[in-house]
This record gives sequence, structure tokens and C-alpha cells, in this order.
Amino acid sequence: NVDPQKTAFVLRKAWTLYSVTPLYRFRRGRLRDYARLLGAFIAAEKQKGLAVEVGVELDIKVALSSLADLRGSEQDQAALLVQLSSRSQASSRSSEDKLVWSGWFCSVYGEDLSENVPEDFTCLPLFLTHGAESYTSMVGSWFQKTFDCCFRRLAISPLNLSWMVAMWAGCKLDRATSAVELVFSVPRLSQPLDISYAIHPEDAQALWDTVQKTPEEITQEEVDVFMDCLYAHFHRHFKIRLSAAKLVKVSTAVASAHCDGIVKILHSQYLPGVLMLLTELAISQIQ
Amino acid sequence: HIATSLPLPSEGDHLRPRIDLIVFMIDIKSKYSLKNVETSLAYVDASFFLGKVCFLVTGVGRMNACNIDTSAVCKLGEAYCSPVLFCELELEGVRVATAQRLLRMLQICAGHIPGVSALSLVSLMRKSDDD
Repeated sequence: NVDPQKTAFVLRKAWTLYSVTPLYRFRRGRLRDYARLLGAFIAAEKQKGLAVEVGVELDIKVALSSLADLRGSEQDQAALLVQLSSRSQASSRSSEDKLVWSGWFCSVYGEDLSENVPEDFTCLPLFLTHGAESYTSMVGSWFQKTFDCCFRRLAISPLNLSWMVAMWAGCKLDRATSAVELVFSVPRLSQPLDISYAIHPEDAQALWDTVQKTPEEITQEEVDVFMDCLYAHFHRHFKIRLSAAKLVKVSTAVASAHCDGIVKILHSQYLPGVLMLLTELAISQIQ
Repeated sequence: HIATSLPLPSEGDHLRPRIDLIVFMIDIKSKYSLKNVETSLAYVDASFFLGKVCFLVTGVGRMNACNIDTSAVCKLGEAYCSPVLFCELELEGVRVATAQRLLRMLQICAGHIPGVSALSLVSLMRKSDDD
């Protein structure tokens, strides 16, 4: 039910995550106006010298569009995509437009938030960006000023990363192409130590199958058992207790996630599931 | 006295003074610390759970680094009829307040406060939790 062409732009890119509080008096019909206003704002910021881009003076064009396919239920707002393209002033050909930054707001099964919000507020709690931080901050400032909302980087705790790796390692794929990898950082050492633990995807899937009792349902206890098995296996071989280290990154064939709030989604089949989980994290950071 | 796990080494048994309060420390960042506490609980005599045991969860100032399920810790406290305190040791004010609180609990458990016993303290704390 999700058109793969429309959502292809999401896949295989590293997206930086933010939580966003509800937008006040956002009107879907005014997207062209907003694009114009945002473009003017960015041009003004560049004039002030706030965006330091050494080299060619680039003209930034803004495009705002709605993506009805990127949502969970009818209660969710359609996703909002913001794209910044540059047109080098040296060239007059319009085909020279190059996408320099993209960001999109979405809500996938975010009823927990939208149910409890007064009228005139639009709930799109998850914001994903790809591109230079300077553009992210300009776009963020404009939205904050225009719609009285608040952006915060979405950090992902080791507890949530454990959920992600257990869920995604258990996903059935036609070909399990990449290993399930967990990266830990060891605290309190004079020189930082990173430990990477890679597991064959079929082994991880087999382990999850023995742990999960009800398909379509995952409990905290099941995630704990899954992780404890991985920790115990590692301890048996290397005498290192990963349960005392900090889990910073998880990677599977479905998606990868870093504790600083950066995700990469690799498989369109599981896109709604991943977005639903991220929406949930964004909402709990807002509340 | 500080120990990394229980049981305490038997060599020191005859020299050890009476234990009035056991504080189990759980670091919110370390799953291992919770596992360690769970295994160590098995070595504690049942009489201690009448108000002489307390769980202290540290590191709550950094929930982004959380690696344990806090509701599981609260369930642990309920299962063992012992209070669960949350604190952040990196903040001096909270650290000092927590230390003072533990000291007060210790005074009561050691019988130094007339009219208040360890058991009555624990039931007082549980009542205010339910409220």
C-alpha cells in the first residue's frame, strides 16, 4: 500500500533525527507560500554571513511537498518534505539544480500525541534531516519562528537500541545480506575502546525465533533474553562483560541506528515499522 | 563497607561488625549492575528484608544512556518489600541529599532513633509511594 517510488528517497541515507512539538496554525494549502518565505529567510541568513559556504555563491531554491503515503493511519498527518536545491549562478541551465539538503516531518501511528492536542495544532513529531548542519539549523529556526514549535535532537538510549536490534534481527528477509552488528564503547579507560560484535544474520534470526513467543508482539522480557544470550556468548569466548559497556550502534539488514540519533533504513518492506518505532521515541521525548 | 557482589568473603566473618543496612547500587547505564544485584540478593538473609535493604539507582540524570528497564527495578523493589531510591551522583546537590537520606535510614536501622524502627520506616515510605 506504500508506493515504493515515492519512498525510495528515504532508503540508504543517514538521517539525523529530531523530535518536534506540534506546529501551530500550519496550513497544508499554503505550501508554496511557505517555500517562498523559507527561501527568503535562507537568503537573508546567507547575506548576514551566518551560513559560511566557501566558494561559489549559491542560490537556494526551496520546495515543500506533502507525502500522503508516509503515514501510519488516517489519523496521522501526511508527511511534509522540505528540499533545498542549489542553482549555481554561473550556469543558466535549469537542469543544474542540485539537491543540497532534505528534511521531512512525519507521524506514523502517532495518535498518543495527536489525540491530546488542541485544534489548530498539527502533529508531526519526527523530523529527519540529511545534509549540512548549517541548513538544518536555518530550516529549524524558520519553522520555530513561524509555527512556534521546538526541535530537539533525538538521542537513542542503549535500552531502545536493544529493542531495535532484537526487532530488526528477527525480520524475515528474502536474503539476509548483512551481519547483525552491535558496537559498544567501553567507558572509563584512558584510551577509548570500541568493541564491534558481528553475528551471522541467520544465527540472530534463529535465536530470536526461539525467544519470541507471539509473532507480531515483542515484550521487554524477550528483548532482555535475546540480549543476555548475546552477552553470555561473548563473555564465554572473550571474558568481557558487554552488559557493562555502552551500546552505541546497532546494524542489521533492515536498518541501522546510532545512539546520537542517526538512522539508516535499508529495506522498504520494513519502513513503516521503523518509522513507527521512531515516532514513538520522538513522542516520548516530547512528553 | 563496600562490596562488588555478594556473598561477602567468609574470611572476614568473625571480624565483621553487625550489618544494619544493605544498599544495592544499580547503575542505569549498566545492565550488568542490575544482573549482579539480582544474583547477590539470593545471598541475603530474609530478616534483612524487614526494612534493612534499599535499592539505589544511580545515573538518572542521563536517561539517554539508560540501559535498564526502570519499571523492572521498581518491580524488584516491590518483590523484596524494599524502597527504591533514584539519584544522580554527578550532581553534587543530589549526591549530598542522597547521602544524608541514606545516613538517616541507617540511623533508624541501627536503632539510634527512639520510637522509629526499620520496619515502620519502610511501611511509611511504601505508603507515600502509593499516594
